Amino acid sequence: MDVALLFIQMFNGLQLGLLLFLVASGLTLVFGILDFVNLAHGGLYMIGAFICASFTFLTGSFVWAVLLALPVTAIVGIVIERTVIRHLYARDHLDHVLGTFGLILVLDTSTHLIWGPAGVAVPLPAWMDGRLELFDGVVVPTFRLLIIGTGLTIAAGLFWLVNYTRLGMLIRAGASNRTMVSALGIDIQTLFSLVFALGAVLAGLAGMLISPITEASIGMGNEIIITAFVVIIIGGIGSMKGAFIAAIIIGLIDTMGRSFLDDLFKIVMSTEAAETSAPAVSAMLIYILMALILALRPQGLFPPKVR
Amino acid sequence: MAKHRSGWLTIAVLLALGILPPIFLWSGQAFYMDLATRLVILAIAAVSLNLLLGYGGMVSFGHAAFIGIGAYCVGIPSYHATYGEFDVIATYSGWFQILLAVAVSSLFALITGMICLRTKGVYFIMITMAFAQMVFYLFVSLETYGGDDGLVIDTRSELPLVNLDDPLQMYLLCYASLIATILIVRTIIHSRFGMVLQGAKDNNERVVTLGYNTYLYRLTAYVISGALCGYAGALLGNFTTFISPEMMDWTRSGELMFMVILGGAGTTLGPVLGSMIFILVEEVLSHFTIYWHLPFGIMLIVIVLFIRGGLMGLVTGRTN
Repeated sequence: MDVALLFIQMFNGLQLGLLLFLVASGLTLVFGILDFVNLAHGGLYMIGAFICASFTFLTGSFVWAVLLALPVTAIVGIVIERTVIRHLYARDHLDHVLGTFGLILVLDTSTHLIWGPAGVAVPLPAWMDGRLELFDGVVVPTFRLLIIGTGLTIAAGLFWLVNYTRLGMLIRAGASNRTMVSALGIDIQTLFSLVFALGAVLAGLAGMLISPITEASIGMGNEIIITAFVVIIIGGIGSMKGAFIAAIIIGLIDTMGRSFLDDLFKIVMSTEAAETSAPAVSAMLIYILMALILALRPQGLFPPKVR
Repeated sequence: MAKHRSGWLTIAVLLALGILPPIFLWSGQAFYMDLATRLVILAIAAVSLNLLLGYGGMVSFGHAAFIGIGAYCVGIPSYHATYGEFDVIATYSGWFQILLAVAVSSLFALITGMICLRTKGVYFIMITMAFAQMVFYLFVSLETYGGDDGLVIDTRSELPLVNLDDPLQMYLLCYASLIATILIVRTIIHSRFGMVLQGAKDNNERVVTLGYNTYLYRLTAYVISGALCGYAGALLGNFTTFISPEMMDWTRSGELMFMVILGGAGTTLGPVLGSMIFILVEEVLSHFTIYWHLPFGIMLIVIVLFIRGGLMGLVTGRTN
C-alpha cells in the first residue's frame, strides 16, 4: 500500500467528516433542544448551495457569495420554522417525520422551479483552485484544505458557543428542561427560532462548501441527510461532542473503505472475489458500524445525561 | 354506529376494488387496470406496515427495503435463469422466487429487528431508515444486477394456474393477496398475540409487568410485517418487470408511511384507502404539471397539521 495515497485518503476522509459534522451538528442541536426530528435539514443544505451558486454568478466572487448566502439561508430557515415547524413541536415524532417529509418535496420542487432541473456548477477563484504539496509526494487541493480549516474553526466556535456563552447556557438548559427555562422568564419561542436558524446556517454552509466540488443539485440534501442521521445515532442524539467524533469516524471509515477495502480483501480471498465484494461491503460499512455500536450501546456513544 | 359505518365502508371499498378494474379492462381502459394493480400492490405493503405502525406503535421508516428485497428475489433468479451462472438459484419458478422473497425479507427483518427494537422512539425511526439505506447502497454497488440503472426482468414468475403476463390474472392475484393480507393482519390483531402487541404500544411497562416479553412480541410482528412486505415486493417486481434500487429509496418508505397515516393508522381499511388516495392524487397532479410534488408536499403538510386520525378518523368521527 502506498503511504502517500493513504495520507491523501485520510485527508479526504477528514474533509468528508467535517462536512458531515456541519450538517449533523445542526440536526443534533435541533433535536437536543427542540426534541424535533427534521428530515428537511438536508433541504437547507441544498438551498444553501443553490443560493451560494446564484450569488457567485452575481458578485463574481465565491467568498462574497458565501458571506451573503449565510444570512439568506438563515432567513429561509426562520421562515420554515415560523410557517411549518413551530406548529409541530407539540406533536409526536411521527408527525415531525411526515411534516418534514412534505417539506422536502416542497423544497426540492421549489428549487427545481427556481433553478431548473440541472445542477449548477460553482466556479472557484484561482487562489482557491490550486494544489498544495504538504510534504513529499502528498499533493492536496487547496480548497479541500480550506474546507477542513473552516470545519475545524466552526467546530471550535460551536464548542465555545455551547459551553461558554449565555446563549449556550440557555441552549443546554433548554435541552435538559424546557418547561423550567420558560418558567424562568426566557422567551423560549425566540430561542427555538434562533437554534433552528443556527442549524439552518450550519447545514447551508456545508452545502456551500461542497458545491464547488460536486455542484449544487436537486436531491443532494436527501443523500447526505441519511449519513448525518447515522452520525448522530452513533454519537448519541443531542450530543455535540458525539456528533463531532462520530462524523470524523464515519468520514474516515467511508473514504478508507471505498479506497482500500479491495486491497484488504485480496489478502484473504481471490482477486476476482475481492473486486466484486469490496464495493458492496464498503457501501454498507458505515451501517454495519452503526449496527455494531447500537448492539453494544443502544443510546449511542455519548448519550446526553438528562433527557 | 361508527364501527358499523367503517365496517360497511371496508366491504364496499374492497368489493369495488375487486369489480371495477376488470370492468375498466373490458371497456378498453387498460391504463386504469395498470393503475389499480400498482395501487393494490402498494396497499399490501401499506397494510403490512400498518401492523407495525398502527397496532404495534413501531414507526418503521425503512419498509421500502422489504419491497426492494422482494423484487430482487424475483429478478435475480430470473436473470440467472436467462443468462447463466449461479445455478443454485437460477429459475423462473414462481414458487421458488416468492418463497425466496419471503424468506430473505424475514431474515433481514429478524437481523435488523433484533438491533432496531433495542432502541426506542426517534432512534427506532432513524435506524430502520438507515438499514433500508444500507440495502439501497448494497444494490447500487452490485454491478452484475445493473447497479444504479436497475435490471429488466425478461421473464415473469411462472406459477401454476395463473399466467402473470395476462393483466387480468396478474390483477386478480394481487387482489386476492391483498384480501389475504388484510385477513392475516386482522387475525393477528384479534388474537392474544395482537392484544399483547397493542397493549405494549399503549403501556409497555404494564405489559412487561404482566410477565410478557414484549421485545419478542415486537420482533415477531416486525418479521411478519417484513415478510408480507417482501411478498408485495415480489408482486411489484413481476408487475413492473423492472427492478432498481430506486424502489427502496428512503423517500419510498416515507410515501408508504404516509399512505398508512393518510388513511388512518390502526384501522383495517385505512392503509388501503391511503394508498388509493395517494395513487389517484399522484396521477391527477402529475397530469397537470411536472412540478406536481409542490402541491403534493403542501398537501402532506396540511394533512399532518390539520387532519389527525387520517381519513378513517373523519369517517368514524374518531380522531387519535
